Parts: sequence; C-alpha cells; structure tokens
Amino acid sequence: MEPGATWSPENAAYWEAAQRGQLLVKKCTACGRPHYYPRAICPFCASAQTEWMQSLGKGIVYSFTVVRQATQPYVLAYVTLDEGITFLTNLVRCDPGNVRIGQAVQVTFEAGDDGRQIPMFTLVD
Amino acid sequence: MTAYIAGIYEHPTRFAPNHSVALLHAEVAAGAVRDAGLTMNDVDGYFCAGDAPGIGPLSMVEYLGLRPRHVDSTDIGGSSPIAHVAHAAQAIAAGKCNVALITCAGRPRAERSRAGALTLNTEYPESEFELPYSPMLPANYALCARRHMHEFGTTSEQLAWIKVAASHHAQHNPNAFLRKVVTIEDVLQSPLIADPLHKLDCCVITDGGGAIIVVRPEIARSLARPRVRLKGAGEALGYNLGSDIDLTRSAGVRSGAIAYEAAGVKPADIKYLSTYDSYTFTVLVAVEDLGFCEKGHGGAFVADGKLISGVGRLPVNTDGGGLCNNHPAHRGGMTKVIETVRQLRGEAHPAVQVRECNIAMAHGTGGMLDRRHGCATIILERE
Repeated sequence: MEPGATWSPENAAYWEAAQRGQLLVKKCTACGRPHYYPRAICPFCASAQTEWMQSLGKGIVYSFTVVRQATQPYVLAYVTLDEGITFLTNLVRCDPGNVRIGQAVQVTFEAGDDGRQIPMFTLVD
Repeated sequence: MTAYIAGIYEHPTRFAPNHSVALLHAEVAAGAVRDAGLTMNDVDGYFCAGDAPGIGPLSMVEYLGLRPRHVDSTDIGGSSPIAHVAHAAQAIAAGKCNVALITCAGRPRAERSRAGALTLNTEYPESEFELPYSPMLPANYALCARRHMHEFGTTSEQLAWIKVAASHHAQHNPNAFLRKVVTIEDVLQSPLIADPLHKLDCCVITDGGGAIIVVRPEIARSLARPRVRLKGAGEALGYNLGSDIDLTRSAGVRSGAIAYEAAGVKPADIKYLSTYDSYTFTVLVAVEDLGFCEKGHGGAFVADGKLISGVGRLPVNTDGGGLCNNHPAHRGGMTKVIETVRQLRGEAHPAVQVRECNIAMAHGTGGMLDRRHGCATIILERE
C-alpha cells in the first residue's frame, strides 16, 4: 500500500468485510451484472441499485506474472471468481514456479502496509 | 477535415541533466517551426499533455510567449501527441487556428523517475483496489503477454524478434540511445523483469522530446516542405469492468477501425507503421488489433525479422522505436508521428527508407494495457 492511501467512504463496506475475512462483490440488481472494482452506481447500466454480495472466494487464475524487479519476487495475477468477475490481485503462500493459468485459487487475507486486511489468493491443492 | 503536418523535430539528446523540462519543450518547438519554415509568431494553436509542466497548457503558453487562439491539453497517456494531431486538424477545420504546435518532452533519465509513476496517485477511484497489489508497469503488460501466449501459443522468441528488428533499425540512427544490434539470445538471456518480459522487452528511459506543426492546406501549399496530409484518425479508450475481460485485445481495435474508415483505406494500403513499443508485446497486440494480421497470429507476423525495413511486408519503427531509439518523458507517441512523417517525406535514413512510401500509419497505446489505456491512430498520406 502506498503511503497516504485512503479508505474511500464509497467502499467502506468492502474493507470492513475484508477485516472480518470476507470478500464482497458488487452486483447490480437492475441489469444483473457484477462489476469490479466496486462502485455505488453500476458502470454497465448507470443504475444506483447495486448490492454487495458475499463471494465464496473461489476462482481460477486468468493470467499471472512473477515480478522479479523487487526485493522479494511476488506474483501479480488476474483471478476470475466463480461469481463472474475478474480482477487484479496477488497470489501468496505459493511457489511462483507452480502457478499456471486455469489453476484453482481460494481467497486469503494479508495485512497491507497500513495494517488493513487485503484480499489475496492462494493456490488450492 | 484536411490538415497537413508541415514541421517535425526530435530532440537529439537522450540525457538532459542541465535542461529544465520547459526548456526541452521550447527547444523542440523551435525545431519544429524551423523545419516547417515558419516562426513561433505564426503559431496560434498549442497542444500538450501531462508531460508539459503546469496546469494544462497554462505554464507552457506563458513560458513560450505564445498567444494561441486555441489550446488543447487532452491527456490519454503516451499516445496523446498522436491524438493531438487529429485534434489540431479538427481545430483548423473549425477555424479555431491556422498553425498548431504540439510538444512532448521530459527528462525521466535525469530525474530517475520510473515509468508509471503517474498511476501511483492514491486519489484515483481505482487506487485502493490496485495499489495494495504493487502492479508495477511492466507487470501490467506481462499479464497481457502471458494470456496471449496461453490462448494463441505466442512465444518469447517471437516477442524478442520485435526488439531485434528495432535494433537493426537503430544501428542507422546516430541519435539512438541503444545502437547495438541484438540477437534473440540477447533478449532471452537478459534479466526477467516480470515474466514473460525481459529487460530487453522493455523500452528505454530517455530525456528529450519532439514537436509537430500542423497547418491548414493553404499554408501547407505555401511552404517548401513535402506535403504530408492527415488522411484519417481514430481514438479509443480501453478499460475493463471486471466481466468479459480480454487481455489479448486493446482499444486499438476501435481506434484503428475508425481511422481506416475515415481515411478510406485498408491495412494492405499502409506501407509503413510507427507503433507504440513501450514493451515488445505492445507492438504484437497492435499489429493484430490494427488488422495487419488475424488475432492470435501476431507472433508469426513479427517473427524472423519481418518488421525490418526491406525484409517483411510491413516495416515498423525504422528509427529504432522506443525499444532502442527514444521514449522521452516515458511517452512514445511523439516519436511515432515524427518517424512516420520522415518516411513519407523520404527523409528516413537511406538504409531504412521504405520505397514508394505514400501512405503510413502512426499508432499509440498509452496508459496500462491491462486496464485503462488510451489508443490513438492516424493515417498520413504523402501528396
């Protein structure tokens, strides 16, 4: 987390859930589509009828890269959740050499630099 | 909408520890008006993007002593100067100005700034959902390259050919930052930055910049320079909203289609292409999205030296591109326009000059390919 990053009031529920170990997904009840990152107003149909729903936290790897230009190499990945959204995240607690596109992953939470719990993913055996 | 590119200038420096950024803008502006055979007093339209110091164009207009009737500081990332060419033509057609000056300059090498620093702002709406994951810029492109490899069998060797071709061109450019011809092995053995991208898959970090003068037809006809006409242009922004994501396509699909439609030409009519090469993969996705080959066939299209002038059907980035020549201010759009104009004028280096180059394209992909990015495409014709 960059210094000074803020916790947007628009998405306070997302981060409060993350502190409890829950991953939330924003879905529009007007058009039925989930989106990411979460917004109060649906970016597909402009309806304000968006709702949080709890994700089971299961998904697959859509793409990944091992960032080597860092003190400690880390895995940046796009994960597609079973709930239908794909987003940028980190894969943690796994050997970067074992990651493949299509592999099953499960959400896990890691403390960021500011202490907040951040949703990340780890490989499912 | 008819307008002509009458002047171009690429700053010869690649390291400018003793320049201010504003002075670089001023030097490239002077170079471009001189190239056109005009003076700064003739300039009545000014176009710049976020690399220009100050709020929009405010500081630079004052610094340069311009009295523009029209300004535009649209910023869609590194492709902005390509978009500005089209915006200048629109402004000229609307009677808002006659002589438009576009500048782009910076000194990231002297300042030791990393590419993508603009994206680290914590106040953007996406920031709290992205910055915790440390998405450094090359990794964004690596994620797209990896998915392309997965879907289409694209290889690191094929990506390396893009760098090899750029280096073959750069050996003839005395101002190029990297002039040494490299091999596939050199690229593949260079350190991995974010796999599958190696160090030599990434563009250079250079100081300097460039400028363009766009004028109305009557003025172009009064000048001594070869006439290069804007034949068509397109712009498109790419982003993903989390669903139906496809990291193997860019907004270039749309900016290219709009430009072809406006120009009334097909990919087969394009004799030369300058295309954004922040990373080797940026070129590969562009040649597919611009219709030079089918989606997924970019690897074969760029392999075996086919992007080298005189070898393949479509010579690309004959100045050495951002991969070898210059990527001033972390922005590659300006130099893409400049080399395209050189090719159409017949002023490229003789070793890389494309024969009978009458129609050419400059295409840019700025921002982050996997998320929000801005594409701009222009098709230019030699009259």
